[in-house]
Amino acid sequence: MTTWFESPDDAATRLREAGYLTDDATALTAYLAGALEKPLLVEGPAGVGKTELAKAVARAAGAELVRLQCYEGLDEARALYEWNYKKQLLRIQAAGGDQSWSETHDDIFTEEFLLTRPLLSAIRRDEPTVLLVDEVDKTDIEVEGLLLEVLSDFQVTIPELGTVTATRRPFVVLTSNASRELSEAVKRRCLFLHLDYPDAERERAIVTSQVPRLDDKVVAQLVDVVVRLRELELKKAPSIAESVDWARTLVALQVGDLDEATVARTLGVVLKHASDQQRAARELKLAAR
Amino acid sequence: MSLLDTHIGFVEALRSAGLSVSLAEGLDAISALEKVHWHDRETVRAAYAATLVKRQPQRVTFDAVFDIYFPRLIGSGVAGDGLEPAVGPQDTGPDLERFREALADALAAGDQQALQDLAVEAVARFGAMPGRGPGLSSWSAYTSLQRVSPAELMDRLVQGLLGQGLDDEQAQRTAGRRVGDFTRLVEGDARRRIAEEKGPEHVTDVTVRPTIDRLDFTAARRSDLEEMRREIYPLARRLAARLTKEQHARRRGPLDVRRTVRASIATGGVPLTTHHRPKRPHRTDLVVLCDVSGSVANFAQFTLMLVFALREAFSGVRAFTFVDDVVEVSDSFRPGADVVEVMESLSGRISQAALWGRTNYGRALTRFAEEHPDAVGPRSSLLVLGDGRSNYSDLALPVLGDLAGRARHAWWLNPEHPRHWGTGDSAADRYGEIVPMVECRNLAQLGEFVHGIV
Repeated sequence: MTTWFESPDDAATRLREAGYLTDDATALTAYLAGALEKPLLVEGPAGVGKTELAKAVARAAGAELVRLQCYEGLDEARALYEWNYKKQLLRIQAAGGDQSWSETHDDIFTEEFLLTRPLLSAIRRDEPTVLLVDEVDKTDIEVEGLLLEVLSDFQVTIPELGTVTATRRPFVVLTSNASRELSEAVKRRCLFLHLDYPDAERERAIVTSQVPRLDDKVVAQLVDVVVRLRELELKKAPSIAESVDWARTLVALQVGDLDEATVARTLGVVLKHASDQQRAARELKLAAR
Repeated sequence: MSLLDTHIGFVEALRSAGLSVSLAEGLDAISALEKVHWHDRETVRAAYAATLVKRQPQRVTFDAVFDIYFPRLIGSGVAGDGLEPAVGPQDTGPDLERFREALADALAAGDQQALQDLAVEAVARFGAMPGRGPGLSSWSAYTSLQRVSPAELMDRLVQGLLGQGLDDEQAQRTAGRRVGDFTRLVEGDARRRIAEEKGPEHVTDVTVRPTIDRLDFTAARRSDLEEMRREIYPLARRLAARLTKEQHARRRGPLDVRRTVRASIATGGVPLTTHHRPKRPHRTDLVVLCDVSGSVANFAQFTLMLVFALREAFSGVRAFTFVDDVVEVSDSFRPGADVVEVMESLSGRISQAALWGRTNYGRALTRFAEEHPDAVGPRSSLLVLGDGRSNYSDLALPVLGDLAGRARHAWWLNPEHPRHWGTGDSAADRYGEIVPMVECRNLAQLGEFVHGIV
């Protein structure tokens, strides 16, 4: 049984080495998720680094990342396992008449014809694994039931093969934008972490670490503008991902000073609604474009 | 109190404050605490939060209860040794002068630790109310803030910040935020002291406010309203996502034979997956008739905002506001419009809806039926928003009956608690006989209702 992190400080250090700057609460929760072997449910606005956290844990622990991207209509066959019907049909046709039915039957329900999907793969792996269940709020309620079995006991029952139990529990991260309230049962089994926009200092550090070529002065100006934008009542406030995009844009444009004209010119990188852009231009008193 | 008692009391308090904390989650919290060091209070807070809080809006409540059960310090703490309540006429004391100097410095520097210490000192020195009768708390944030009056330091703070090279607007904003932070720290410290004296149960019962989506529209403060407004757009998006999802689930129509057969070729002619024709969704027009008089103005704005944010769920939306006259405001809600602008234009147009300035449901309904006879038809749903308080005037019940009869559905949303319906000048019970009346006092109820009708 692996320990994922020795202590909260260890988690913070190793995640930083993996390129992910955490705050204290995030490091502590990541440590607890590993220590208690409980899945971690991460919620928060889009683009604050929820998925990134799972990837960073995988990098920090030298584990493989298995990702299940959730979407509406995701079902058992796509999440857990499926029988390879086409291959089975072929097998039956190839067998022809010289094999008894029971032999064929035993034959076509073996490992060879099993297509493992992310959940089952993650459980069956012997090496350290990080299982990322991304955007779990996009799925239907039924899939939550499926997740429940996997997340609480780390086992899957396949009628033809029996129960597959995890030899080594994966580090499970579920992410959600809270567009739907998850069921009590799922929340009950998980640790909960709400990732929010970082404070100005941490955001400066993040932008600097992601875009090292950008001048410190510009980074400070950029973060200042982003913080002010978040205070406005916008439809979609800029996230960390967008500040990083913005920093990259400024590097590409070779901007040495983030003045009003430049902000006005590049506002489209951070704000994706026309009404938000107008509002920001008015509030920040940018020159009319 | 032993640690276990504190834990149990804390969990109980969270439950009574509206968080659903199960026994198993309490146990999780304990095993999480076993894994961390206790030297840092924020670590304990984060460990509790990770295991007990499962919904971000509850976090504010959680933090308030946590501060009461796991106080930052006891009494005035080590740093505050020798702090005594100021004696004599306190408003002019040299203590107060000295304190305000220190506060001004700390505010100018934005030094969180100093501000926290000063908040403790402010309550210790200026917030004590000794000699009050039993049952009354002997610490008051209000009294300390009155004496210290941090708001008077605003101008000085702004000047100082301007000196640091911030522009005027930025300085104002920063100053306002810091003074606000200090006020919150003082309030928190007073709560802590009261909890120390009377036991935490008392304080959680009295002071912990409900989460923003359960807060009454009519009881909301100015800052709450802004927060609620921020919630409207995400709320609408959540509702819309849920609606499309449910419509998708119900959409499976009759079997599409051609697609099914075509798909079966891949599996040797065995139709393993079936395909279905989608069902056509049917949509209705929505007509909103909204009382915008002073008493229900907040409620009206939120409801209008939400309905318009959900425009896609209806084929057409028309909105009318009234006090004693009716004005159509549909054109205020352009697609993709800015929330703040819409709110401003709405409040600008509200004055037009009043001829005499007193709510008169009867006249408003009659005028509506006369001036917009085409608005309500067999395809439309009628939604009336208001408290039904009509200043004892004529109610025009037959007019409403006629409108409700022509519409496909009709509802009345009332922001008052049902026990007030029919009291005083409220005609809620009489209108309720004609149109089904629904209680709608907070964002959560509003969300549920809107989801129900679409």
